[in-house]
Amino acid sequence: MASIEIANARKSYGAVDVLHGIDLDISDGEFIVLVGPSGCGKSTLLRMIAGLEDITSGDISIAGNVVNDLQPKDRDIAMVFQSYALYPHMSVAENMSYALTLRKTAKEKIADAITNVADILGLSALLERRPKALSGGQRQRVAMGRAIVRKPQAFLFDEPLSNLDARLREQMRTEIRKLHRRLGATSVYVTHDQIEAMTMADRIVAMHDGIIQQVGSPVEIYDHPANIFVASFIGSPAMNFLEGTYETKDDNGADGAGIRLSDGSLVAVLPARGATNNQAVTLGARPEHITIAPDANSGLAARIDLIEPMGLSTLVHATLAGKPIKIFTMDRPDYAVDSTIHVSFDMEKVHVFDTKSELRLPPVIEPHPGHRD
Amino acid sequence: MTLTGHTSTRKMLYWGSHYLMIAAFVIFALFPLYWLLKVSVTPNDILYTEGVRMWPSRTTWDNYTFVLTQSNFPHYFMNSVIVAGTTAAVTTVIAALTGYAFSRFAFRGKVIIVALMLITQMFPLVMLIAPIFKILAPLGLTDSLTGLIIVYTAFNVPFATFLMQSFFDGIPKDLEEAAMIDGNTRFEAFRAIILPLTLPGVAATLGFVFTAAWSELLFALMLVSSESASTFPVGLLSFVSKFSVDFGQMMAAGVLALIPACLFFLLIQRYLVQGLTAGAVKG
Ligand SMILES: Nc1ncnc2c1ncn2[C@@H]1O[C@H](COP(=O)(O)OP(=O)(O)OP(=O)(O)O)[C@@H](O)[C@H]1O
Ligand SMILES: [Mg+2]
Repeated sequence: MASIEIANARKSYGAVDVLHGIDLDISDGEFIVLVGPSGCGKSTLLRMIAGLEDITSGDISIAGNVVNDLQPKDRDIAMVFQSYALYPHMSVAENMSYALTLRKTAKEKIADAITNVADILGLSALLERRPKALSGGQRQRVAMGRAIVRKPQAFLFDEPLSNLDARLREQMRTEIRKLHRRLGATSVYVTHDQIEAMTMADRIVAMHDGIIQQVGSPVEIYDHPANIFVASFIGSPAMNFLEGTYETKDDNGADGAGIRLSDGSLVAVLPARGATNNQAVTLGARPEHITIAPDANSGLAARIDLIEPMGLSTLVHATLAGKPIKIFTMDRPDYAVDSTIHVSFDMEKVHVFDTKSELRLPPVIEPHPGHRD
Repeated sequence: MTLTGHTSTRKMLYWGSHYLMIAAFVIFALFPLYWLLKVSVTPNDILYTEGVRMWPSRTTWDNYTFVLTQSNFPHYFMNSVIVAGTTAAVTTVIAALTGYAFSRFAFRGKVIIVALMLITQMFPLVMLIAPIFKILAPLGLTDSLTGLIIVYTAFNVPFATFLMQSFFDGIPKDLEEAAMIDGNTRFEAFRAIILPLTLPGVAATLGFVFTAAWSELLFALMLVSSESASTFPVGLLSFVSKFSVDFGQMMAAGVLALIPACLFFLLIQRYLVQGLTAGAVKG
């Protein structure tokens, strides 16, 4: 097991800069998830750690040693590919033992390791099969097994679950987490699925356009997104954004603050650090932080567009100040489409973003969790 | 009822015409071979007297015995085996390595090299005979099997390279990357993982180059003058002059010349039809 340090790593293909100075320290035994939209450079970063892609500038160290010029085979890392990349002309057992055989590990030791790992992954009955005689889920397990038997310094995963159906993906998610707890191996896991990121990560690294946007625990990232990109990317259903102008009587907000929406209505917010009167800001509210008022006397008017029952909860689509919003509720509302409801925002939970820089303007005084009026 | 009856007639019509067309094509392609065989077993005295018949009234092996025992043909035949075999092997090795590089690496001058290789395929070979003779003569490579092998290899490498490249393109890059992470160098990964999966491609390339070299006449005729270094197509021509066009013997030699090509394809056909890479990646 080992730590991985990435210092100012850059990657360009000719004139195209794909990664712009990545800094990231991954501690020993940590499960890091790189998440971001397609083309943001996640795979490229992972492949640079693996040694499959040259580093244009900067340093990558594994266990304290700079590995920039080491071949993949000398980095002692294992990788699980999205395509699984199983050797088609080898049996499951041969696939899993390939790396050990190359290292001239004793035959008995290899056999032991294979039996052991096959046991953990439920592959014991399939050891003599060729990959083409396996189902997608089984192939995925073999790919995992091939990585595990080696006991490498670190595991790298590039969207390993994206070819599985939803149920299997959910199951493998938990299994990978359990395996990680059992093996304690440093892991870097690439995905564009924010649910995988939320459920699996010790720390999430949110990337966009080759730049790290935010690093933090899933809850930190969810509750305190650094900017509009992170706020919109993490969380499903996604956060609602409403543009408006910031209003306050004095700059430290002693008299309270609010955001004036385009239709003239005012949403009360906690005074935001650095926000000035009339500044263009964006209100960010997660669907669960908007509540539907019981009567028409309070809150802002919104028009119902669609009611989406999701079993456990219901998602209400509505239009507020000309913008579509989504409201999450555990009730079972039965509003008619086009009817008017009144909604209110949880003042302590909503976010204020500077519209221009897209950065979050945190509250002057962070609300204490649990404290409510 | 009428509906199913209607569709089944249409289906029969469809498959019927399908097979009819295939049959027509196969007959068209194989008829010359049949004629070759027929003439080769026709006794000389009735070759011209019987008129055009699908099968002669008498057959004989005399033509074969003569070709095998009385002529230089076995010698030409061996020369051809050596030239075609070596050319196929050398060309395939070069094409596999070059094709792999073209498929996997981005390097300076790649486009230029590809363009040059395409250009070599544009000229009619006749244009090149004089310069090639001029180059080979001082090196002592005219009138030698080695010279022929070099020329054939040079002419076959471009196409064989493109052929091999297309096979490598069909094999996911992930496979050798996985092998490199598992502990292989790139070359080891190529040899241990990629090459076994490209056997159908290797077989196709071997087959293509072998047949091309086996039946090549122009260079064999122009670059070689002695009997000892002649290949069988040249030998076939010599039947014309020596025996005043003895068709029976010439056809017998032709049939014999088909044997190695047939054997060769019999050996490699297993790989030609095999889709080994199935199941490598998500299926
Ligand atoms: N060989 C290359 N030449 C030029 N640009 C490349 C090359 N390989 C990748 N890129 C670019 O680098 C960027 C990052 O690619 P990368 O594969 O890392 O994205 P990703 O975040 O893994 O996306 P995805 O979720 O779709 O896998 C993309 O914009 C891609 O177009
Ligand atoms: Mg990717």
